[in-house]
Amino acid sequence: MLAYTIRRILLVIPTLLAVAVLVFFVLRVVPGDIVEIKLAAEGGIISAEEIQKEKERLGLDDPIMVQFYKYMIGLPRGDLGISLWTENNVSEEIMSRIGLSFELAILSTILAVLIAFPLGTISALYRGSILDYVIRIITIGGIAVPSFWFGMLLIMLILATFGNLPPLGTISIFDDPKTNLYQMIWPALSVGYRYSSVVARMLRSSILEVLSEDYIRTARAKGVFERIVIVKHGMRNALLPTVTVIGLEFAFLLGGLVVTESVFNLNGIGKLFVDSVVRNDLNLLQGLVLTVATGFVLVNLIIDLLYAALDPRIRYQK
Amino acid sequence: MSDLGVTKDDNIEKDVTKPSRRTLLDFVRQQPLGSLGIVLIITMMLAAIFAQHVAPFNPEDVDFEASPAFGGGAPSLAHPLGADAFGRDILSRLIYGARTALSIGFLSAFFGCSIGAIIGTSSAFFGGKVDLLVQRFIDLMLSFPIIVLAIIVIAVFPKSVVLGVDVNVIVAIAIPFIPKTARVIRSQALAVVTLPYVDAARTNGFSSTRIIFRHILPNVTAPFLILITAFIGQAILLEASLSYLGLGVVEPTPSWGLMLSGVNTDYYRTAPWMIIFPGLAVSIAVFSFNLFGDSLRDWLDPKLKL
Amino acid sequence: MSQPPLLDVRNLQVEFKLKNGTVRAVDNVSFQVNRGEFLSIVGESGCGKSVTALSIMKLLPKRVAEIKADYVKFDGQDITNLSENEMRKIRGRRMSMIFQEPMTSLNPVLTIGDQLTEPLITHLEMSEEESNSRAIELLNMVGIPEPEKRLTQYPHQFSGGMRQRVMIAIGLACEPDLIIADEPTTALDVTIQAQILELLKDICNRLGVAIIMITHNLGVVAAYADKVNVMYAARIVEKGGAPEIFGKPSHPYTIGLLRSVPRMDKKRGGRLATIEGLPPNLMAPPSGCRFKPRCPMAADTCDSSPELKERSKGKNHFTACFYSDDANKKGASIYVSDKDKFKLIKVKKDKPVLSVRGLKQHFGVSFRSGWLSSVSGTVKAVDDISFDVYPGETVGLVGESGCGKTSVGRAILHLNLPTGGELKFNEKELNQKSVALVRQDMQVIFQDPFSSLNPRMTIGQILEEPLKVHKIETEEDARSKRVSELLTKVGLYPYMRDRYPHELSGGQRQRVGIARALCMEPKIIICDEPVSALDVSVQAQIINLLEDLQRELGIAYLFIAHDLAVVKHISHKVIVMYLGKVMEIGDSDTIYGEPKHPYTKALLDAAPIPDPKKERGREKIILKGELPSPLNPPKGCVFSSRCNFVTEDCRKASPELVDFDNNHLAACINIDGGK
Repeated sequence: MLAYTIRRILLVIPTLLAVAVLVFFVLRVVPGDIVEIKLAAEGGIISAEEIQKEKERLGLDDPIMVQFYKYMIGLPRGDLGISLWTENNVSEEIMSRIGLSFELAILSTILAVLIAFPLGTISALYRGSILDYVIRIITIGGIAVPSFWFGMLLIMLILATFGNLPPLGTISIFDDPKTNLYQMIWPALSVGYRYSSVVARMLRSSILEVLSEDYIRTARAKGVFERIVIVKHGMRNALLPTVTVIGLEFAFLLGGLVVTESVFNLNGIGKLFVDSVVRNDLNLLQGLVLTVATGFVLVNLIIDLLYAALDPRIRYQK
Repeated sequence: MSDLGVTKDDNIEKDVTKPSRRTLLDFVRQQPLGSLGIVLIITMMLAAIFAQHVAPFNPEDVDFEASPAFGGGAPSLAHPLGADAFGRDILSRLIYGARTALSIGFLSAFFGCSIGAIIGTSSAFFGGKVDLLVQRFIDLMLSFPIIVLAIIVIAVFPKSVVLGVDVNVIVAIAIPFIPKTARVIRSQALAVVTLPYVDAARTNGFSSTRIIFRHILPNVTAPFLILITAFIGQAILLEASLSYLGLGVVEPTPSWGLMLSGVNTDYYRTAPWMIIFPGLAVSIAVFSFNLFGDSLRDWLDPKLKL
Repeated sequence: MSQPPLLDVRNLQVEFKLKNGTVRAVDNVSFQVNRGEFLSIVGESGCGKSVTALSIMKLLPKRVAEIKADYVKFDGQDITNLSENEMRKIRGRRMSMIFQEPMTSLNPVLTIGDQLTEPLITHLEMSEEESNSRAIELLNMVGIPEPEKRLTQYPHQFSGGMRQRVMIAIGLACEPDLIIADEPTTALDVTIQAQILELLKDICNRLGVAIIMITHNLGVVAAYADKVNVMYAARIVEKGGAPEIFGKPSHPYTIGLLRSVPRMDKKRGGRLATIEGLPPNLMAPPSGCRFKPRCPMAADTCDSSPELKERSKGKNHFTACFYSDDANKKGASIYVSDKDKFKLIKVKKDKPVLSVRGLKQHFGVSFRSGWLSSVSGTVKAVDDISFDVYPGETVGLVGESGCGKTSVGRAILHLNLPTGGELKFNEKELNQKSVALVRQDMQVIFQDPFSSLNPRMTIGQILEEPLKVHKIETEEDARSKRVSELLTKVGLYPYMRDRYPHELSGGQRQRVGIARALCMEPKIIICDEPVSALDVSVQAQIINLLEDLQRELGIAYLFIAHDLAVVKHISHKVIVMYLGKVMEIGDSDTIYGEPKHPYTKALLDAAPIPDPKKERGREKIILKGELPSPLNPPKGCVFSSRCNFVTEDCRKASPELVDFDNNHLAACINIDGGK
């Protein structure tokens, strides 16, 4: 297990390096010039000289390989350069926002698991019943309904019930957990519906698959209690693919956050991401993409290790 | 159950054969939910194609008297689904929006899946270093959420509209589908390559081209079709999200996502129809494709993992 | 017999409600098993034998299966209407079950110990310590070394044979009265099968446990069973003591079944008896006697259903046939006539059609080991093999799985590029380039009739394709005529050309595979396990077809198979392989009559003969241990790790093939010691 863990952790480094290189070069293709957009936004007539000066100041007129070199040596120190728009340090900018998004992600994962496990299990164990049909339609719906629209409906619901909208995401969970949770539960729900549907569907199909396996029949032939057959022999095996899905969806949550944060006007990294695209802020975009990829790679690492803990076939791999 | 001849044989047949002789009627009978999906999809397509004849209003006709800003716009006989801030008829805008959603959905899913399928099959055939490199690249692409990839593409490609179609949006939505299709099709092709009938074709001295086109490709069409249907739904969802964020299609093209974009907070209370109906349209469209896609998979290849 | 039977089944009936109709998979089945008795239920796939077993244990899915019976008495208690919980208390405690697939029957994420102690804890309420020491005892009993260590391991760390031993240990854990074994050795190699069956029989004898063994292998039945039930199309057609069933079979189906199996103990020559046609579709079974459509003795009377009747009082031999006396008297002659006997063709040994010299096929294998480093090894799947095949000759290639026999075939066909050695076809050298020129002369038939035909093409398209591509027949009409001829030649009908493969049965598909191989008029066909996926009666049809075609067209076969009896029946010459090496080569009758190599002997001993008298009388050498890893074969003679006659010298060098007399070669330095 230890050897496996070490090997698995070492694999992270080349992956991240490849992402870093790829992101850098792909984004240099972006047309449009941030300097022009920025200066134009400040108003007045801009001369070519001013643009050139600004570019020099921001290091944008260096040859691309020089820029690449600076970027690569900055990486190990966590230096992602400065935002071309606000001129703040990119790492700091991301770090100041990531907490909120992370909290949202954790919260919606908890919600999703809490909703998905009973739904998926019931749906599988009572396959073909009306309950199963209802759950299946609800969960297919979860994948069809756009999460931003679901968020809007939630806002409408809050407005209709309470008359006004809580100021979202302004209070840290460490200062006042109760208020914070009350504020965050709505966006978490809006992301969580899709999330729980995906997990519930996966759980249902893997339980059904596992229950038709030969070793379940063996367990029954041993005269083991049906409850134990399902929980000990069935669930543990069905959990394997489900854990993967939970992890992957968690890693991909940023996708959901991009729109949800816009709906609820939350200052997380999803919103920052959209802003950086609209403003052509290359450095910031680059930093954000790297953050997403790192998140994905780390979550994948955790899934693999969890998998190894659950599945002896991987743990004992040569 | 292994000894029950009938079911055993049925299972085996499902494994190795495709429904060459199964009819549409069988599909309707065995997959009622999927058939519901088809009916909904066809209705939407008809509405989109004959939008001029079906829609009660021109989607761009502005009528400030009917705007919620002036206290109007609630669903009525004239405007069954109400009117938006400019007093434009929502039903008509939804019908025209179906054009955008379906055309972008179909085109991007088709291009994404086709390119992915080509990459996947070639990777399986060439094997060795090429295959390894392609696989690593696919892994890399798959470490980004679809919408993030799409937004990056939007950032990289300049906006371009050809014949009223937003090409950059289609490209942005198609690209994230490529790695996923490539991976699924590659594993399918790898499985087919080792089957005895391909060996038989090789011992008969057939050319590689013949083996690929006659013996391998026809046997990976089922997953390809399943993937396309699944991705059309996702593409419609993606288009709506991008347009909502202001990164997708832009005015005056009617789009469901765009209709939800920039809705004034006041309207949450005063004009809920402006929010409810466009979202419902997206949901129903995606729902239909998901229903159909799920049933298609159960029917063609129940073991396919997407 | 005053004691009541342990299991008494009366009129058991099982129906499956499926999407497209109802299937009665078991129809009015009655039988009894006494304490300590060994009952075999035999029949071809789909006859309802496994369903019978599962329905006694009530392990069929309740959603689709409906079980009815007058009664099923287990130790005097009727268990038909027991509640699920009462039934649960019996399962694993008083009757247990061993399944066919050892690879999937154990839970992959739980330790062996956990799975073995489960019934002990559930039924006997043992403490953890008690159950652990009992588990160690059980593993010892089923012959698993180092039981303490093994308890903490997981199923994937066990081989197939070892897993089946674990299944037996689980089945016997609570010392039940009855064990139901559903094809327990079908997935295993013949030497492992012998180990497992001996073990099962031994333990059950010692503990007085009754066994119901479901199998299609008549040899296994002959070796062990006290009583036999023969099932056909959901019904029992004949039942009785093993000596009666094998000695005086009196149902035409039983006779056909016994006669269609090739026998190792019979001289070559003569066609196999074949039961024509296919078993009926149970969705719409024929009325009256279900065997009527295939029965050579069928008459009008057979339109009504025959009852199971005792042949003579007190003998406990029952047959469901109106003409059982007649059938008994005529025996095999109802299937075979004198014209089915034929003279063996003398093979002219002047110019070999295929000549193999020093063939090597090595595969590089690499797997990760620790720290990003990878270890690579070489599997010598085929290591220095030489033989000739003459026109019109059948050369059999036998060995257990993993011995490299399939790799030999693939290397000859250049489906894998051989690593070394020399191949000659009609005295011309074969290499990657020249093989293209002789492709048409060298064809192949595969094992799996389901995946050897492209599901997207019709039978006609499949057969026409080579004719078209190689421009043998350019005219459409001529091609169509050829296809009709080919279909007729392999016993199919020309109208089948428009069918897709999934519309044919397994046997019919295999015939199409043969037709495809024939359409290029080849000189040699590599047959890779062509009958091992088929039922006995269909297997006999295909073997007869292959033999007829050889006599008619003079084709040579390289016949690769693991079934020793089939190889003996069809081959002129036999090659025995073990771990990539040839152990023995010789004429079929010589190899089977006077085997020289200890491995050949053990292999022949392990394969049971479907005749209780002969089978129980013979002395057997049972091989110990399992096939070593091909990555790390034993030093010296590859067989040395399992050989009963091994000496120090065996581990020093790999023995050469020595010619004993007239082309009978064996690779062993202790041939005399082996005698």
